[in-house]
Amino acid sequence: MKLIFEKSAAGHRCAILPPCDVEEVALPAELTREAAPKLPELNETEISRHYTELNKRVHGVNCGFYPLGSCTMKYNPRIDEETAALPGFTAVHPLAPAHTVEGCKEALDTAKAYLCEITGMDDMTFQPAAGAHGEFTGVMLIKQYHDARGDSKRRKIIVPDSAHGTNPATAAMCGYDVVNIPSAPNGCVDLEALKAVLGEDTAGLMLTNPNTVGIFDENILEITRLVHEAGGLCYYDGANLNAVMGVVRPGDMGFDCIHLNLHKTFATPHGGGGPGSGAVGCKAALAPYLPNKDGIRVRSFHGNFLVVIKALTYLLTLGKEGVPEAAKNAVLNANYLQSKIKGTFTPAFDRLCMHEFVLDLSGFKKETGVSALDVAKSLIDYGMHPPTMYFPLIVHEALMLEPTETESRDTLDEAAEIFRKLFELAKTDPDYMHAAPHNAQIGRPDEVRAARNPILRYSFE
Amino acid sequence: MGSYVPSTPEQQQEMLQALGLNSFRELFSVVPEEMYLEDGALNIPGGMSELEVIRKVSEMAGKNRVFSTVLRGAGAYDHYIPSIVKYIPAKEEFLTAYTPYQAEMSQGILQSIFEYQTMICELTGMDVSNASVYDGATAAAEAAAMCRDRKRRVTLISAAAHPDTIQTVKTYCYGTGDELRIVPAKDGKTDLQALKEMLTPEVASFYVQQPNFYGMIEDAQAIGELVHEAGAMYVMGCNPISLGLLKSPRECGADVAVGEGQPLGMPLSYGGPYLGFMCTTQKHMRKLPGRIVGETVDSKGERAYVLSLQAREQHIRREKASSNICSNQALCALTAGVYMATMGAEGIAQAAKQSMSKAHYLAKELCSIPGVSLKHEGEFFHEFLTLLPKAEEVLKALEQADILGGLPVDDGILWCATEKVSKAQLDKAVAIVKEVLA
Repeated sequence: MKLIFEKSAAGHRCAILPPCDVEEVALPAELTREAAPKLPELNETEISRHYTELNKRVHGVNCGFYPLGSCTMKYNPRIDEETAALPGFTAVHPLAPAHTVEGCKEALDTAKAYLCEITGMDDMTFQPAAGAHGEFTGVMLIKQYHDARGDSKRRKIIVPDSAHGTNPATAAMCGYDVVNIPSAPNGCVDLEALKAVLGEDTAGLMLTNPNTVGIFDENILEITRLVHEAGGLCYYDGANLNAVMGVVRPGDMGFDCIHLNLHKTFATPHGGGGPGSGAVGCKAALAPYLPNKDGIRVRSFHGNFLVVIKALTYLLTLGKEGVPEAAKNAVLNANYLQSKIKGTFTPAFDRLCMHEFVLDLSGFKKETGVSALDVAKSLIDYGMHPPTMYFPLIVHEALMLEPTETESRDTLDEAAEIFRKLFELAKTDPDYMHAAPHNAQIGRPDEVRAARNPILRYSFE
Repeated sequence: MGSYVPSTPEQQQEMLQALGLNSFRELFSVVPEEMYLEDGALNIPGGMSELEVIRKVSEMAGKNRVFSTVLRGAGAYDHYIPSIVKYIPAKEEFLTAYTPYQAEMSQGILQSIFEYQTMICELTGMDVSNASVYDGATAAAEAAAMCRDRKRRVTLISAAAHPDTIQTVKTYCYGTGDELRIVPAKDGKTDLQALKEMLTPEVASFYVQQPNFYGMIEDAQAIGELVHEAGAMYVMGCNPISLGLLKSPRECGADVAVGEGQPLGMPLSYGGPYLGFMCTTQKHMRKLPGRIVGETVDSKGERAYVLSLQAREQHIRREKASSNICSNQALCALTAGVYMATMGAEGIAQAAKQSMSKAHYLAKELCSIPGVSLKHEGEFFHEFLTLLPKAEEVLKALEQADILGGLPVDDGILWCATEKVSKAQLDKAVAIVKEVLA
């Protein structure tokens, strides 16, 4: 479809502002810009049609099954949007006097109380705007803790090789050397490998539990004990909290700090890549190092406040019974789907999983020539968003599925049936799958060309 | 209680049985007994129906004061938001999609970001924009990181930048163990003499905010020349509305232009979600952090959009990545795109001109009151700092008249006016100040 600039027509405009009702002042010429920006000229009808056309070329959670592993694409309740749009929240200035924003404070305090109880933490900040931003904040708590004790020899953060790429990148942003440790064959922490790297230079460990292959690490208490014994702290990457919220608390597993993805676990929409909220919780010993006036700050003002309102609305709705119910059904749905697919594609780990599971298509690819990418692209023709591909790195030809609790058994049965069809199709017509998708907005894009010859803006030529 | 689980308890039981299990506890058998929370152990209130929830949250919102006139800015600006700018980003598909990893079913998001990138490049005059970052302060911090190399590690920032920006950049520098030095302000603007002396060979970049925290217009071009003479990179943090009038960062010689995108159609919202925009020149394109959308062709040779230049990013480079950022503020970038399309170049210039004219009118009227004066001399945009007696009483009286007055800063009050306030509203505010100080 055409770009908005290609639809622009000179003189088309929207009437938004009245004439100026005070004397107009002008800037000296040396301060004013020479050329006006080339922004599109459109009437409101044209703008509405353009963005509606774009919106039709977007697949949201509301459109269909979205089993994108590690991303927790659960349904985003409409009421959360309604509360976050209340003028009592949207029209409030972030630097308004405290006695005029008591409602904001109550909302943040309530959300904090719920989330601290769910995670087993003592305190929390809502300043971080996303998961990776939360990781940065959390590891900065660890850094400040060691620095305040004058413990400057702790230069290393331990990260399992199954971790999200953000974990090592975060540790590096916090000035730490990253020590990657190999995982045990089941994707869990290899205790011997961990013991071998722990020492006086250990600042901390970053861990996801359940881990990135969807398995709960049974040795978690031993792992956190070992790290603490060495004088390090334990950081919980909350990306997978949906599996265990209300069932087991990271604080009880021995973690010292945690980030949450309110946009995953607590049902706030992803918005095509943001805004999210990466709330960070910690135990009392780290609380003095949370963002504060004289300490660290990771962004302006109070974070993505409206996202917190959405998550709060969700928490109030679910409450004591609904929070664990969601986790239990997320795990049930994942296991049910895994068991249904198992007759065709091969799970990387043949056991009960938590909220997500990984398929290993390396054998299948050897046999049929059809790759995980081909299967993913073929799913698009069925209106299903593909699973996460080629992650975690410890499984080759990986497809990672996370159905979430908000899908019905019928949807899971249908999805399993589609996987079965593709499994059969690969044997009879692999070329068709190599060329998939066939009925999508576009065919497969040439990503190499995009990287080699970057066109990152419209040229007006 | 509320629930978004479609399966009935009977279906759940059947699904458990299909797995050869009898209970959820068996499903969680890997969780050690000592940490498993039995039913009801979680100490939070019970769930609520939708009607109860909307009552409770509305009650909280009702405890906040919504002022009919806002004369406070300081990093969050109360501009008029056209109606369509509120409705388009609320469309469910834009709202509920993930990052556009699968280009074949995400062309709508990818194209909207490509258009946003183009508009931001036009507004700033720069060559390349990323798909956005969290906010203006983190954009400044990411810019500082992208300007450092092996030899040049020190970052300079003007004391006249927003305090939150300074503190955020300081935090990021503390993270990597790099030094941040603050260039003092003189008469409400960056002290050029001090800057010149501080631009030593180990300096990687200098950040200036335009207009600065006090509303003053910096000598951005002269600063750029000083920074470049010293071989450092020049980072400008710009108010995007002001760019309807002011010299673009490109015209001022900036290597990196960043800023808080909130004025482009985002409500105040107690501080977020906002939008960090970030762009640079062709030369530094591959150092830019964050998502970037690029144009390519698909298997049929048709134009298509993808997430591009991913070799820079954390999921490929892990600990060698220059930033851990993965998400952007896509929905806020969409909002800004719709805002810029709706206002057009002419509309943004109008918003800028009217904001500035109203701020100047307010300053003139306030300063006609005995005892009130401007703290700084020189050109300002839509904010200015006044010295006035009885600041606390003035703000209280305004508050009683449903006006959020300026922000107390140092020994004065930092006022802001946008196109949204009418002359009548300004006159009313001035009359109240006059009465208090009479």
